Amino acid sequence: MSAPAPEPVHHGEVVLRVEHLVKHFPITRGIVLKRQIGTVKAVDDVSFELHRGETLGLVGESGCGKTTTARTILRLEKPTAGHAWYRGRDIFTLSGEEMRALRREIQVIFQDPYASLNPRMTVGDLIAEGWRVHRGVLPKSARRGRIHELLELVGLNPDHINRYPHQFSGGQRQRIGVARALALEPSIVICDEPVSALDVSVQAQVVNLLEDLQDELGLSYLFIAHDLSVVRHICDRIAVMYLGKIVETGDEFQVYDDTAHPYTTALLSAVPIPDPAARNLGNRILLEGDVPSPADPPSGCRFRTRCWKAQEVCAAAEPELIDRGQGHPVACRFAQMEFDPAR
Amino acid sequence: MATTLSRDAVAGRPVDPAAPLLAVEDLRVEFRIDAGTVRAVNGLSYTLGRGETVAILGESGSGKSVGAQAVMGIIDSPPGFVTGGSVRFRGVELLDLPEAERRRVRGNRMAMIFQDALTALNPVFPVGWQIAEMFRIHRGLPRKAAGEKAIELMERVKIPSARVRAGSYPHEFSGGMRQRVMIAMALSLDPEILIADEPTTALDVTVQAQIMSLLAELQQQTGMGLILITHDLGVVAEVADQVVVMYAGREVEKGPSLPVYHRPAHPYTLGLMDSLPRRDVHTERLRPIKGSPPDLLAIPPGCAFRPRCPYGREICAREEPPLAAVTSDRISACHFWEEVSRERAGA
Repeated sequence: MSAPAPEPVHHGEVVLRVEHLVKHFPITRGIVLKRQIGTVKAVDDVSFELHRGETLGLVGESGCGKTTTARTILRLEKPTAGHAWYRGRDIFTLSGEEMRALRREIQVIFQDPYASLNPRMTVGDLIAEGWRVHRGVLPKSARRGRIHELLELVGLNPDHINRYPHQFSGGQRQRIGVARALALEPSIVICDEPVSALDVSVQAQVVNLLEDLQDELGLSYLFIAHDLSVVRHICDRIAVMYLGKIVETGDEFQVYDDTAHPYTTALLSAVPIPDPAARNLGNRILLEGDVPSPADPPSGCRFRTRCWKAQEVCAAAEPELIDRGQGHPVACRFAQMEFDPAR
Repeated sequence: MATTLSRDAVAGRPVDPAAPLLAVEDLRVEFRIDAGTVRAVNGLSYTLGRGETVAILGESGSGKSVGAQAVMGIIDSPPGFVTGGSVRFRGVELLDLPEAERRRVRGNRMAMIFQDALTALNPVFPVGWQIAEMFRIHRGLPRKAAGEKAIELMERVKIPSARVRAGSYPHEFSGGMRQRVMIAMALSLDPEILIADEPTTALDVTVQAQIMSLLAELQQQTGMGLILITHDLGVVAEVADQVVVMYAGREVEKGPSLPVYHRPAHPYTLGLMDSLPRRDVHTERLRPIKGSPPDLLAIPPGCAFRPRCPYGREICAREEPPLAAVTSDRISACHFWEEVSRERAGA
C-alpha cells in the first residue's frame, strides 16, 4: 500500500512539548538502613510534541513506560531529568499553586471506569467535583445547568444526574469519566487505555465520542494504549515505545504501512487481523522470550536481544532517534526506510 | 506410558466410534440468586471434532464462559444449575454421570486453562511440583519420576531452562510464562479436549502471539480438540474452524469462520465487524452498535438483541427468532437473516 504524502499533520500550535524526559525509580533494600541497589529506567530520554487538536498515540507493551511518561508530565511522579512545557511554560518548575491551575488544563481519563469513580458520589457530584477545587471555573448557580449540558454532550441522559456509578454500564461509566474530565474545559486530555476495559460493541461508541469531542472542542489527546488497531484508527501520529524509549514515530501510514523499526514490525505482526482470509500464523514474526527487565536493560540498543537484524554494533552504542528527512524518526541502524534499495 | 486407563471407554461406558469428540446440544444453565433467576446460557449447541478448533465468541455476560464451565462440569451448584440439554463426549452423556465419574473425565479427557494464570496456580509451591502433582495423583507416579515428567512438559511448552525453572514459584514467572505453566498442567494427562477461556486476554500482543502459536503447535502434535472462549474477533479469525457467536446467553450465529466473517447473517455479528478498527487498513469512522448488552435478570422478550438492532421490527419484540439454516452448515437466530446477509453480498 502506498502512503499519501508523508507530511506530518500539524494542526496548530504546540500545546505540550516534552524534551529528554527521564524517570528512574530506585530499587532499595533494607528497611532501617535503606540503600539503593539499582535503578528501574522506566522512562529514558523521551521527547515529543503534541499540537492543538491533534491525537498522539503512545503505544507499547506493558512496562514500556507509556503510563509513567504521562504521570511524570502531570508531576504525579517526580521527573529525574528533562523538561515538559505546556504552551511554553515549564511544567517542572511551577509552584504548587501554579501546578494546581495547570492541572485544570490537562485532564486524564483512566482505563477502569469501575475503579476511577467514587461509588458513593452521584453522577452530578462526580462531574462537579473539579469545580470545588478550581473555584473560578464556574459560579455555583450555573453548575447544575452545565452538568446537564455535559451529560448530554457525552450521550448520557441528563435525568440520571442523581444516579450512582453502579447504576450504569461500563461504557456509560466511561462516558461519566469523559464528562468529568471535560468539566474543567481542559485543552489536553490524557487518555490512559480509555477503551481497553470495554466490550467491543461499546468500545466503538466511546472512540467515536472522543473523536466528536475533539472536533467540537479542539482538544489535544495524548492517547496511551496497547491496542494497535484502536490507535491506528484514532491517532494522527504514533510514538512506539520499548523499554522506556521511543523507537519510532510517524503518522498512521508511516508507522503501520511503511514500518521502519524491527520492534514495530514485530509488534504489528502480532496483532491479529479480524479476517480469517488474512491468517498469517505461519509468516508471523514471533519474538523470543520476554521483554528484558528495565532495571537491567541491554547495552546499546535495548531491542537487540530480541532483534533478528541485530549485529555487533548494536550492542556497542545506542541508536539515536533520527529523522532521515521524511518526518518519520526511527531509532535503528538497520531501519527499513521507504527509500531502502533492498526493498 | 503405562496406564490402566483405556481411551475407548468413558466412566466405564464404551465410546461410540461414530460420534464426534464433543457434542453440546441445547445447553441451558441458570443461576438462582436472591435477585431472581439469571438464565446465563439459554440454548447453546455445537460439535467439536478431533484436531478442530471451535471458538465461542461473545462479550461479557454473553454466557460463553458459563457454557464452557458446564461442559467441564465445574459450575458451583447452588447457585448454578444445568437445567437442560446434553453434553456428549464421544457419544457418552456427561451430564448424567455422578460427580466422582465426572471428576475422572476432567483432566484425563478434557482440561481447561483460564485467563488469569496467577490465581489459578498455587502461590506456595514451585511450579514443577504443581505440574508433577498431576502425575502423582492421577497416574500414581513416584515423586522423582513425576518430577522428571514435569520438566519434560515444561520443555514441551518451551519454558527456557526448564530444569532450573521447575523450582521457581508462580510469582517469579512473567504472565506469558505462567500461561505456559498452565498449559503444561492442562496437557499433562493427554486430554482429548482443551478448553481455553480467554487464554491471552491478560497478555501483551507479542506474548499472545507466542501462546496462540504454541497452542496451534500442540494441537497439531496431539490432535486434541480446542474450544476457545474469547471476545477477541482477531484471535478467532486466526485460529477457529467454527465460530459460535453468543449474545445474552443464546447462540445467535454459528458456522465456519470465513463465511461468518465475510457475510454475517445476524445483525449482532455484523455490528461487531463494523465496530472494529483494523491495524492493516485505514478506517474513517467506526459504526458502533447502539446501547449496551441487556441485564441478564431482565432479558427483553422476543429477540434479546432487538433494542439495539437496526433491523428490529414488531415481530422481534413478540417472537424469539428460531434458528434458521443460512446454508447447510450455518445458522442464524434472526427473523430477517436474509436481509442482513445481503448487507455484505458484494464482499
